[in-house]
Amino acid sequence: MDWYPLWNSLRIAAISSILVFFLGIFCAYYASKLPRLIKGILDVALTLPMVLPPTVCGYFLLLVFGVKRPVGQFLMQYGIKFVMTWYGGVLAASVVAFPLMYRTARGAFEAVDKNLGYSAQTLGRSNIWIFWRVRMPACRQGISAGCVLAFARALGEYGATSMLIGYTPGRTATISTTVYQLWRTNDEQGAMMWVMVNMAISAVVLLTVNLLEERQKKAVKS
Amino acid sequence: MSLHVDIRKRLGSFVLESAFEQDGGVLGLLGASGCGKSMTLKCIAGIEKPDEGRIVLDGRVLYDSAARVNLPPQQRQVGYLFQNYALFPNMTVRQNIAVGLYKEKDRRKRERELEDAIHLFQLDGLENHRPHQLSGGQQQRVALARIWVNRPQLLMLDEPFSALDSHLRLRLQMELKERLSAFGRDVLMVTHSRDEAYHMCGRIAVMESGKIKIVKETKELFADPESICAASITGCKNIASARKIGEYEVEVPDWGIRLTTAKPVRDDVTAVGIRAHYFNTKTLQNRADVVYAGEMEEPFEVSVRFRWVGQRADTEPLLWRVSKEKRGQQFPTALGVAPVNILLLHA
Repeated sequence: MDWYPLWNSLRIAAISSILVFFLGIFCAYYASKLPRLIKGILDVALTLPMVLPPTVCGYFLLLVFGVKRPVGQFLMQYGIKFVMTWYGGVLAASVVAFPLMYRTARGAFEAVDKNLGYSAQTLGRSNIWIFWRVRMPACRQGISAGCVLAFARALGEYGATSMLIGYTPGRTATISTTVYQLWRTNDEQGAMMWVMVNMAISAVVLLTVNLLEERQKKAVKS
Repeated sequence: MSLHVDIRKRLGSFVLESAFEQDGGVLGLLGASGCGKSMTLKCIAGIEKPDEGRIVLDGRVLYDSAARVNLPPQQRQVGYLFQNYALFPNMTVRQNIAVGLYKEKDRRKRERELEDAIHLFQLDGLENHRPHQLSGGQQQRVALARIWVNRPQLLMLDEPFSALDSHLRLRLQMELKERLSAFGRDVLMVTHSRDEAYHMCGRIAVMESGKIKIVKETKELFADPESICAASITGCKNIASARKIGEYEVEVPDWGIRLTTAKPVRDDVTAVGIRAHYFNTKTLQNRADVVYAGEMEEPFEVSVRFRWVGQRADTEPLLWRVSKEKRGQQFPTALGVAPVNILLLHA
């Protein structure tokens, strides 16, 4: 039994969640301060990967990072190749998962009482301190929800991933591409095994979310 | 201890033009909601940026459009008590207060100051509570303690009692008044309640649609509001246009009466005001026959509506507030007003 797809899926999902966490929060924080018109345009651009079919995202990624494209060739000079590599999977998963983090975080930031930030400012606290100690904790729930959604989406990514990195056993195989590949080659038992693995991971993720939520509720009550 | 403010800011069709000086004590900004009181505070705190003007606190320039000075809120040393108190929901009472206490580097001194503040603001036993577990009055004390330990040069209070139950307000007003006099620095307080302004403020600035109309000692303002807007904002219920007909006499066409005044009448008088408490059954001056037009009973007082006999039919009845004993069983046939209680109002 080759466990590589599990390991590969988990590292792709984990790394892209971390990337998307910082990038999504950064974009959400600045977007929530922008004037309405610019925010609207930016919003469409940043949310597009969520509504486009993942294969279309994959197509665009190939347009940019393909080995014969200018960006792809430029990166090749430094030995970075997103096509047919496992970290190409990180790129694909990040692009698809980013809007989930961005949108939930932005909604959370906008819902925070503005006076909290103002009062900390008048008390002399730096904007960075306020961001990490006041704004982030105040929208902790929204942000952790965004994280879980982004992680789940990255873990289940198939379309863009298969376009960009394909399926190479032991190199780029993820759980979702493995399930498809095994089913296609009539290995129903193998496919079922990976389906079970995927379901187990999803169940653990959801259980963790519920546990966190309950703990937070208790903390608020006591 | 001095504050000098002279700012202008345009917000769509609304123009804020705030100009006043304060030198010690409590200055109230009194006006209807949406007249620019809170915006003035936000400009002083540095949360909002005026279009032009100057703000100087104790000789320190906080904002000067001509010299391109605009200190960030962090450097202004201005305490701001928000209407909703803006306590950090993820922190305990102790942690909230400690947010204002970071300047002191010595940990033991900081702890001692924190304990002192908790004690001073009667928060003993609540240190580890979170804001949502506190009553409105306790939340206000935490917010004040947090500002207190920060030692600002100026304290600004935005409608400090609006989030409280009405039965608590009077007690908390007394409590806050004592604390403010102990604070010993300039205080600005925004309110739309004339009672609050009267209790708390030594001086009052009356604001209307973005402009400061008049700044006066509180008692003087209530005794002689000068303008129609200041009269109505200080709670004068009976106002009608008037014209001068003698050195000490005006005619009020809407009410169909002539009134004698205690002060000489200026040529530019446009209206008179009579506070609802100032009518009297026994006063013989400015006396005229009245017709009863309904009343509203309160626990200890009655608000009576009446019309002068000669009053024009298309005008509102007047309001007389009187204690239940003085109202008597029989409605009086005539009411008078002492000349000293006729407010002369100008445009």
